[in-house]
Formats: sequence, structure tokens, C-alpha cells
Amino acid sequence: MSEAGESQELESVTIDNYESQPVVLDVEHVDKWFKLPTEQATGLKQAFINWTKGIKGYKQQQVLKDVSFQVHRGEFFGIVGRNGGGKSTLLKIISQIYYPNRGSVNVSGKLVPFIELGVGFNPELTGRENVYLNGALLGFTREQVDDMYDEIVEFAELEDFMDQKLKNYSSGMQVRLAFSVAIKAQGDILVLDEVLAVGDEAFQRKCDDYFAKIRQDPTKTVILVTHDMNAIKRYCTRAMFIQDGEVTAIGDRETVAESYTLANLEAERKEEKLKAERARKSGQKVYPNGLNERCPVLRTYAISPLVMTSDQIFRFAVEYEFNETDDFYLAIALHDIRRGGITFDTGAHNPKLHLTKKGHHTVYFEMPLHLFNNGEFRLFTSLRTPIPGNTDTTDMVAVALDDNACTFAIRDPRNMDYALINTRVMSIEPISKEDAERGAAQQ
Amino acid sequence: MKTLAQRLKNRYGYAMTVLRGLVKTDFKMRYQGSFLGVAWSVLKPLMLFCVMYLVFAKFLRMDDGTPTFPVVLLLGISSWQFVTETVGIGLRSIVDRGDLLRKVHFPNYIVVVSASVGSLISLGINYVVVLVFALFSHVQFTWRVLLVPINVAELYIIALSMALILATCYVYFRDVAHIWEVLQQIIFYAMPIIYPLSYVIDKGGTLAQLAKLELLNPIAQAIQDIRHNLIAPETQPTIWNTFDSWWLKSIPLVLTALLLWFGIYIFRRNSRKFAEVM
Repeated sequence: MSEAGESQELESVTIDNYESQPVVLDVEHVDKWFKLPTEQATGLKQAFINWTKGIKGYKQQQVLKDVSFQVHRGEFFGIVGRNGGGKSTLLKIISQIYYPNRGSVNVSGKLVPFIELGVGFNPELTGRENVYLNGALLGFTREQVDDMYDEIVEFAELEDFMDQKLKNYSSGMQVRLAFSVAIKAQGDILVLDEVLAVGDEAFQRKCDDYFAKIRQDPTKTVILVTHDMNAIKRYCTRAMFIQDGEVTAIGDRETVAESYTLANLEAERKEEKLKAERARKSGQKVYPNGLNERCPVLRTYAISPLVMTSDQIFRFAVEYEFNETDDFYLAIALHDIRRGGITFDTGAHNPKLHLTKKGHHTVYFEMPLHLFNNGEFRLFTSLRTPIPGNTDTTDMVAVALDDNACTFAIRDPRNMDYALINTRVMSIEPISKEDAERGAAQQ
Repeated sequence: MKTLAQRLKNRYGYAMTVLRGLVKTDFKMRYQGSFLGVAWSVLKPLMLFCVMYLVFAKFLRMDDGTPTFPVVLLLGISSWQFVTETVGIGLRSIVDRGDLLRKVHFPNYIVVVSASVGSLISLGINYVVVLVFALFSHVQFTWRVLLVPINVAELYIIALSMALILATCYVYFRDVAHIWEVLQQIIFYAMPIIYPLSYVIDKGGTLAQLAKLELLNPIAQAIQDIRHNLIAPETQPTIWNTFDSWWLKSIPLVLTALLLWFGIYIFRRNSRKFAEVM
């Protein structure tokens, strides 16, 4: 405990002072190739046949290309990337599970890897035995685990279950136990791979607090690998974005977050185009999800850049093809991807969105963003026809989903991430008791 | 002295911690959920021994006529079983523990060693059974008993080396498990374990003299030494009292050393790639 007390007196490591700390992890020009087998069977027979034919039986694929970076003591370092981008491979190389084909990895201090939670957990052992086994695998002696044990159990909130066999735990309990071992492990460098999304809300908050605390601690270094940008923004001092095995961006989290979001949205857009092209080539009448023969084209797409600030106005277009009548409506809903829920909806028969031109056309719109904090949003458009004799609603013909919806992000340094509406347009003001009572009486 | 101990601890402390954890778990798991539990590790060799004894000693009358033959038979079978168990489990251990090796970095020879230590514990239990039988059949123990640990160590080294070699091959080619099953039978019958060597030699013929060569197999040599030193110095032929020439006598020991060297060499050379290849 005295150690923890001391460390709190020291200054915590931030983006401004990290360079004054010693380097604890030094990755230099790391290349990694994998051999992907080209033959189905792996056996002596196949190996012999390959040998006689002079076939290699595999092809080389480079998953990491000249990756170099340094992590200093006390940093909370994030590594983001899309699936298959090489981040897990890099993590395994840092943890010395894989060996680099070129380059080197130097670690000073005790590095505790958590590629997966609960490595070696055995359902037939009790919770207590599993903690000790897991601890041993991570390189802790019995005495060291003894010291951490109470804290682990307390953090996992499993005091009453430690002598039960693990197979009698619920999956949530297992994950909690494993996660507690992971973050209570007394290593110098903690390597975590996408493990943050575990447990119920209360446990999540606890982990949040713990990470916030560990961020302040200048003796502990954490390397976090994830594809969740929010985790990076919440915890990390610095981050790195790795794409197709190469370091695309490294530095402060805002810059990295932006380039990651951009890359993600761009990839989505590329995929959309590819799909559309494929559909056009095949010439088949296959309609995307939400569309049909009455309305074969309905697409919402961005005219503005995909990453916006709050003071900008987002401009987008809706392309449609509808030939039945000259009297129909568009309805547009704004969906908040991370927070969930429909943030805004135009309504099913908004006169501003009443269209009178059938055929294949594109209409353009704009929307101010000054109300919102940071987030990822998606615009869904539906095409609707009036129902004779009913003025309350309209009949939906088609809706633009998936690739036909338009996704964009708001990233603004003045904004916060948590709430939807920003503090510049909305506020809560302190008033006197008299004012409060008078005001209430007038209502 | 202290710095050496410290250095050893630094180097192998982690390996020992992991080894202890794995061995303990393996042992707990082995008879998990079975009604008789650990008793099986005594019962299994006992039952096998009964069958062997009835078939070979009583029906086929292959015994050498000495009163200690049943104990010698039991000792041989349990020693051989140690070898098959170590190699059989060790062979699969790397692949079986694949999920572990892909997720934490630890010296992967530990996985093979832990399999062998598990078998060593079974061997210890079996030897206790053998000793009880030996006391009942009035075996006269001599000073040679002191040599038994050396012989067991040799047997252990042979088994571990084979496990290391085959485990490495098994990562690349799963055929190895089947090959080993056949090989295991061949080795077993090519050693005087269920039949006394004298039985073959006494039958005469050209092959009789060749039978002595069975003792050049290091496993046979070690097991015969164990039998000779522990139970029956008079009746059990060993390589030491069978051959005169020194170079013949040294063959099993040289083979053991070669096996150990090759096992460590091939395992170390490949172990970095295990996590990727599996």
C-alpha cells in the first residue's frame, strides 16, 4: 500500500511529459509473415507429395510491415485498427508468443499479457484454484498470488463463490473473475486485448474507475488493443492506428481517433460502391434490404465530409427512383449509433419533404449540427405514399437501410463524448430558492 | 553459491511455478468424476498385471521358474507403462495445450515436462504396489537397491526425450500419433518384459544368441537394471553381465545421451514456431 501512496505523489504521465519517462517497450522495424497453407490436407502424405512435386504448399502473407514505436513508463497506450489489420499479431509479438521475422522487441519490466481473459481456466476447478493456476501461467508465484488474492475476489464481487467449481458459475461471473485477475495482476506493463466490454453496468463503471486510477499511476504502463474508439478516448494518453500491417497514425488520441473514424467510414463507402457495381454488372433484379420493385433506388449519401465539427452544416443527398405517382413523401430519421435511439425525425408527411416528381432523381438537404456533442450518426430515409382518407400517417413504400443509409461522425475538440446535446446550446442554471418557488407557482 | 542459486531461481523460477500449476491441475483432472478416483492409478496396473500373469506365466508357462517372477513381471510392466504414458500424453501435450500456448508466453517444454511428471507420479504409486508384492514374496533386498534411482532417472530421460521429439513432429504431422502406436507395440515385444530373456535363449537356435541384442535397447537396459537391482540380482540378466566388450555395454548409454541431445535440439529449434503453426 505504501507504494501506491508514494506513486500518487508523483506526477502522472500525460501527452506532454511522457517523453521524459524511460522507454519500457521498444518495438523496432518489426516485420511478420505468415505461411498460409494452400493445400487442404496437412499430413505426412501431403508433405511428401508436395516435396516430390516441388510445391511449397503454402503462400507467404505479410501481416506487419516495418512497425516501430516506443511506449514510455506510465503511459496508457492504445492500439486501434480494423479487424484483420494486424493489431492482434502485433500484440502477440509484444507478448513474445510470436516471433518477428525481422526487427526486435525490447521490454523492460514484467509484462503481463491478456490476449484472452481467463487463459487456462478449467471448469472442473474451483474459483480459488483457477485464480492460482491463472496466476501461475502469468508468472506469479504462490506467494504473489496470495498477496493479490483478496483484492481480486473483492473486485470480482465473488466472495461467496470462490470454493464453487467454475462450471457452476454463470458466464458473467467467469468473465468477471478473469477480468479481475487481469487488472489486479501486479505487473509493470499490462497488455489488454479488447476486454473492456464485459460484465453488467455496475461492473463496467468499476472498471472505468480502475482504468482512470491506473492512468494516474506513473509506475504502471498499459497497452490496450481495441477497435472501440471510445475506449481509446476515455483512457489513453497516446494511441496508434494500425492499418494493413502498417502504422498509419501515431500520437495524441484525437488525431488517431479522427484518422481511424475516417478510415472506417471510407472503407464502408468503398464497400458500398463495390456492391453497387457488382449488382449492376450481374444485371439481376436483386433489391437491397428495404427496397423493392416499386422503388428500386433509394439512397442517402453525404455531400459534406464524413467527419464534421459542431459548427458546420451537414449536407447530403437522397437519390430515388419511383414511378407510381407524383404525390409522395420522404421521411428522414437521424439515428445515434453509439448512444442508440432516434435523435430526430422529420415525420411521415412533412410538407418540406413532399415530392412531386416521379422518375429517377436526386434531392439535396442540409442539417445544422450545432446541438450535438461528438458521436457517430446515421441517416435513414424512407419513401412514403399518402393513404386516401387518412391524414395521420403515410404508407411506407421503401426504406434506405445498411449501405443505402448515410453514416457520418461529429468530432469537435470543444465537445464532450458522453451526452448527446452539447453544453453550448443547453445548460442547467443555478437559481435562488425564491426564484424556484415563484417560477413553479407561475406554471 | 548464493548467487548461483539466485541466478537459477531467476532463470527457472517462472518455469517451476507454471510446472507446479500444470502438474497439480493435470493430477486433479485425471480421475475427475470417477468413483474410485486416485485408486485407479493403482488398480489399473494391478488389473493389467493379473491378465499378463495369467496368460504368460500360468497358461503359456513362459516364466523362468523363480518365485520372484510375478513381482519382476509387475515391475517390468509398470516401468514400461510409464514410458508409454509419458510419450503418449507428452506427444499430444503441445497440441492439446495449444490454446494456452497461443495466449501466454511461457517456455513450452514445460507442457511436455508436466505430462512426464504426471506419469512419474503414477510410476511412484505403482512402485509402492510392487514393493508390497515384493515383501509378500520374500524378496531379499541388497545394497543394489541404491542404484535404482539412477536407473529410473535414465528411463525418465529416455521417455522425456522421445516425448519431446514426437511432440515436435506431432505439431506438424498428426500421423505421428498413429505411427507411435505401432512403434510402441514393436518396442514392447522386442524387449524381455512379458517373457524372460532366458526363456528365449534356452529354446536355442540361431536367433537365441540374437535375443541378447535386445538388451542394447536403452529402454530394455534400464528396465532390466531396475529389475536386477531392486528385486532379483541372481535371475535378471542385464547388459552388464551379458556382454563382455565395453563398447557393446556402452551402446545403450550412448543412445540415451544421443536421444536426449536430439530431443532438446529439435524441440528448441521448433518451439518458437509452435504458436503459429498449430
